[in-house]
Amino acid sequence: MNWADRISPTVKSIPPSGIRRFFDIAAEMKGVISLGVGEPDFVTPWHIRESCIYGLNRGQTSYTSNAGLLELREEIAKSLYNDYQVTYAPRTELLVTVGVSEGLDLAMRALLSPGDEVLIPEPCYVSYKSCVTLAGGVAVTVPTKIENEFRITAAELEQFVTPRTKVLLIGYPNNPTGAVMSRQDLAEIARFAIKHDLIVISDEIYAKLTYDGTHTCFSSLPDMMDRTILLNGFSKAYAMTGWRIGYAAANPDFIAAMTKIHQYTMLSAPIMGQVAAIEALKRGEKNMQQMTNEYNQRRRLILHGFRKMGLECFEPKGAFYLFPSIKKTGLTSLQFAEQLLYAEKVALVPGDAFGDSGEGFVRCSYATSTANIKEALIRIERFVKSITAS
Amino acid sequence: MKELLELLEKDYTQSPEQMSIMLNMPVEKINELIAKFQREQIIVTYQTIIDWEKAGVDKVTAVIEVKVTPEREVGFDSIAERIYRYPEVRSVYLMSGSYDLSVAVEGTNLREVADFVSTKLSTIEGVVSTTTNFMLKKYKYAGVIINDQEEEEHRLVVSP
Repeated sequence: MNWADRISPTVKSIPPSGIRRFFDIAAEMKGVISLGVGEPDFVTPWHIRESCIYGLNRGQTSYTSNAGLLELREEIAKSLYNDYQVTYAPRTELLVTVGVSEGLDLAMRALLSPGDEVLIPEPCYVSYKSCVTLAGGVAVTVPTKIENEFRITAAELEQFVTPRTKVLLIGYPNNPTGAVMSRQDLAEIARFAIKHDLIVISDEIYAKLTYDGTHTCFSSLPDMMDRTILLNGFSKAYAMTGWRIGYAAANPDFIAAMTKIHQYTMLSAPIMGQVAAIEALKRGEKNMQQMTNEYNQRRRLILHGFRKMGLECFEPKGAFYLFPSIKKTGLTSLQFAEQLLYAEKVALVPGDAFGDSGEGFVRCSYATSTANIKEALIRIERFVKSITAS
Repeated sequence: MKELLELLEKDYTQSPEQMSIMLNMPVEKINELIAKFQREQIIVTYQTIIDWEKAGVDKVTAVIEVKVTPEREVGFDSIAERIYRYPEVRSVYLMSGSYDLSVAVEGTNLREVADFVSTKLSTIEGVVSTTTNFMLKKYKYAGVIINDQEEEEHRLVVSP
């Protein structure tokens, strides 16, 4: 049977992830130092793991309600209020999802009709565009620039608005650039959303990893509560990537719509992860602060290293990525990443994996040990010197 | 200041230049602070944690619960000093509870430790009684897990 003919044209239209291709090369090599990992290098703090083990011992292995354990939703509501003074009703305005990934997929499917356009500042997380396409929408990317520290402005968005624009999808602190948006920056985006009557999906998975100033939750801006679909989760702040627990917070009618899809496709997020997430919210603050503090120290170290080797690099204020420009080497992002991997066994991710406007940059994750960062910097510097000398 | 001490506590071999970058603090300031910490004995000493068992060196440690009669004016301090001055003694803590001093004694074998307790420790004036507990295995010391199998890299080499 020729399966290529049977696969849906929509799925066929989606390009395979640029990261995947690079992973295949890097995974085969030995002695590779990786700055290509998009998850914390810390293991989930022990008290969180232990709470899950305790839950398993007590037989907590069942489905939960579709929306997730009520206790978890109550804790989420509490933390959102404590952190950002936003009030969400645990019973009607919160849905526990399988990571932010599922939350994003549900939001897109519950929102979009064929042809609806979604504005996405770029470079952006690899799945944003594909999620829109799979939900029948049209992803309209809006390039952000290093001159503006990869922040998005209303003026830039204005150039891409059409009568079909329905949603604006933002993710700050940003993967891959490490960019953050100040409250003032976001207020301008909020006015833009009102002007064009757009829904805003705000992916704030890296919110806790903000190193300069405090994170502004988009729905905490005036008049944004009802217009915002807030997505967040436990993966980055609590080093809980493998647990797959996220959540969506939004208007009750919309949460009900998302829950409808969730109940037929996922039923519920795994109970083990939900139990662990409760523990993370109740007692995880101290460990989280320690991890954030360590990321911040490594951030300064890696930024200093790249600037020293003469690569243009803006200071990332959030997440755990550095996004240096490699344009002066004359190589494309992919060439740079591939040649570096073969020559010096350092893996990082070519910027174009995050969209066309990521070309000319590479993403370096500093979610790795200080020793690894130091050794990687030595190798990259040697590589850059050899390129620019020849 | 606290951040610098925490960095040093974790790994004092890091260069002042590196710590200067990581803490966003001038290197002169780092050096000045370290000198001050040493002078004021805030940094007491620099040590390395060694897994002696793995190194094939025999060592026996006992934790001894010591009951003492405190002395007028100096309380427990004078007796504690007479104990901690012995090089065999690795640590001494004043405790609340059913005994007064917790004393860790290290020797090359059981006889050596037993000998120290019976001839030196228990004969000190003011020592009322001792209960000797031999340590069977060291799992964690000074916040560091000994022989930790867990923290190996298990992530994908590249992920989004």
